[in-house]
Amino acid sequence: MKNSIGREIPESVINGLELYQGPFAKNGEVKKAAPKVKPAKPGESKLVSSIEEAIVKCGLRDGMTISFHHHFREGDYILNMVVDAIAKLGIKNLTLASSSLGSVHSPLVKHIKNGVITKITTSGLRGALAEEISRGLMNEPVIIRSHGGRARAIEAGDIKIDLAFLGASSSDEYGNASGARGKAICGSLGYARVDADYADKVVIITDTLVDFPNVPASIPQTKVDYVVRVDEIGNPSGIASGATRFTKNPKELLIAEYASRVIIESGYFKDGFSFQTGSGGSALAVSRFLRNEMIKQGITASFALGGITKPMVEMLEEGLIKNLFDVQSFDLVAADSISRNERHHEIDASFYANPHNRGCIANNLDVVILSALEIDTDFNINVMTGSDGVMRGASGGHCDTAAGAKLTVIVAPLIRGRIPTVVDSVNTVITPGETIDVLVTDHGIAVNPRRTDLIERFMNVSIPVYTIEQLKERAESIVGKPDPIEYEDQVVGIVEYRDGTIIDVVRKVK
Amino acid sequence: MERLRRTMMFVPGSNPGMVKDAYIYGSDSIMFDLEDAVALTEKDSARFLVYNAIKTLDYGDKEIVVRINGLDTPYGRDDIEAVVRAGVDVIRLPKTEAREDVIAVDEVIEEVERKIGREIGSTKMMAAIESPLGVLNAYSIATASKRLIGIALGAEDYVTNMKTKRYPDGLELLGARSQIVMAARAAGIYAIDTVYTDVDNEEGFRKEVELIKQLGFDGKSVINPRQIPLVHEIYTPTQDEIQKAIKVVRAAREAEEKGLGVISLNGKMIDKPIVERAERILQLAVASGVYKEGMENEK
Repeated sequence: MKNSIGREIPESVINGLELYQGPFAKNGEVKKAAPKVKPAKPGESKLVSSIEEAIVKCGLRDGMTISFHHHFREGDYILNMVVDAIAKLGIKNLTLASSSLGSVHSPLVKHIKNGVITKITTSGLRGALAEEISRGLMNEPVIIRSHGGRARAIEAGDIKIDLAFLGASSSDEYGNASGARGKAICGSLGYARVDADYADKVVIITDTLVDFPNVPASIPQTKVDYVVRVDEIGNPSGIASGATRFTKNPKELLIAEYASRVIIESGYFKDGFSFQTGSGGSALAVSRFLRNEMIKQGITASFALGGITKPMVEMLEEGLIKNLFDVQSFDLVAADSISRNERHHEIDASFYANPHNRGCIANNLDVVILSALEIDTDFNINVMTGSDGVMRGASGGHCDTAAGAKLTVIVAPLIRGRIPTVVDSVNTVITPGETIDVLVTDHGIAVNPRRTDLIERFMNVSIPVYTIEQLKERAESIVGKPDPIEYEDQVVGIVEYRDGTIIDVVRKVK
Repeated sequence: MERLRRTMMFVPGSNPGMVKDAYIYGSDSIMFDLEDAVALTEKDSARFLVYNAIKTLDYGDKEIVVRINGLDTPYGRDDIEAVVRAGVDVIRLPKTEAREDVIAVDEVIEEVERKIGREIGSTKMMAAIESPLGVLNAYSIATASKRLIGIALGAEDYVTNMKTKRYPDGLELLGARSQIVMAARAAGIYAIDTVYTDVDNEEGFRKEVELIKQLGFDGKSVINPRQIPLVHEIYTPTQDEIQKAIKVVRAAREAEEKGLGVISLNGKMIDKPIVERAERILQLAVASGVYKEGMENEK
């Protein structure tokens, strides 16, 4: 069956799920799930001596769902430690509901083969794990969810977390957990907070036990069953880089310059506007161009959202941005700022981008700058599968913020190596083209034809403006048209749109 | 309209990633280098790459220049053959010391043009002057061939020969720069300044561009795309300059329409050089995107 953007979804995977029908088509009332709570009596200790003990005390059994967050990124030790411990206890057939997975989690390959993990839902997949899954390692397709979509799925009970293992940079013995203080800080624990709210059992794992009370806490004691101290929760250099640096790459700077001109001329760039940029080279450089223009025009932003980086913190401290809403801190400066700056707010993933609560902050966004691995002539975006069809990216907040923001700008080079970025049809749709407004490449920009207002505005701006078909032809005239990737029928990934409908599937690479 | 050559961007001829879309950065000219930027082991492959790039890719209105290896190397002749066949706009000759160097290349180019049936003289040349002898011979070089569209200073070898080095104020290059720009003007061709290698020093670069503009150079060789907007910005006329130029050009046209020999504006007489300067300012303003062609005709 085909969904509304023409992607073929096999009957076998639909299995009661709905097909994507448009970014806001599924908008009925929802009923929230509620966790089971085991009350804590006065005097009871939550501190347990090992991960194994926590697993046993929580009553983990075959077939349950466990969850983790990815705030420790490629520095994470916790997921591998916990799954190793589960394997030793002989528990099998688990669903892994991680907020995302990285190259550091390649030991999962072994635990999928030995039957400990049989289902996965995640935002992203990278490295050996991604390779193996793309080549058909699992019997059940992985479900790819956006950050907002995951929060929605948890709140709706689509993901029922039995046991959440949540790493924290520091915690007291009663479970007040923080990402902003400790030996290896990650800043915001925004993704983990949803797990803490909805899991039946919550275990905090930290390497820094501090005196009670560890406040302000990202996750408060009222949500926590057990606390475990381990030697190291992760490798600090993999958790957060010192400070995100500005690019000197001329191509990225050119894209950033075009993107900032697009934003400045869009009509949304005015006092009190709001924006989100990613952490990629071009996206970060945009914030520098915007900063200069904000100073020049004497305007300030009411808030900046998203993964927060050092340049954002500096703009907050300069008074150019009034508030930062931080679901994930991308570098140490941002991680540290959260406990230093009163207007640097830690938010959870539902507040960030859940389409089915009473209003996430992505809805308040004026401008978002996002990247793309591929974009097609319908403006559909792929940020998940590489040019070889293998999964090596993350859904992230891409489709969430694209749907929420008034102006969604995609920044990408027209060509990567010898591969065009603009194509007839993307390998995998993560974000539907109907939520994309402008594509900015190093060769020029293309505006979604549905935004006639923007096309008019950019007529007199000194940026090369093309149709997206022209950009595609330009790319093909330089590097040619690659042969399509050959896939088999087996579905290895189901891409869920943020509202829980199926927007696309990823098939096994031949 | 006279061609603008404010920026000539160096692109190593051996780097396909940079060759394939060097036009996106907006330099007036693109110079693919087959000489110093290419290792001896890559001379053939770079020549092949540049040949195919020029033949296949659409560089739009950019002027395509190729810096060849000298005829005293085993590569010079093959370089000329390949790029003339590819249809290059300009061949840039390195380390030119005397008019004979230019003439020798001119002859090889003509030979190839004849062989392939390309219009004789359609391949242009420019000569880079990189030594004290070259500087002393600048005028003789600049007038050595009808193909020459400009001469350029190459400073690194020059300062070494002069037993000095490059200083931030550029005083060591003043003699060479003045001589070259004078020779170019006397010969009626372009003068292009040398590269500035400290790509992260924006302030130093700015100062140097301001200096060479003051000396009369048409533009500068750049080695990093980030330098291009800075040069263009400095060469972009201010609104004040544009408004004054419009008045001058209008006054000149009115005088011409009325058949008056003398042009006057606000009661003052305007000389022909002032009109020429005004026209050049408008031309630069159009190229810089701050002014639309023909607006001086509107009232």
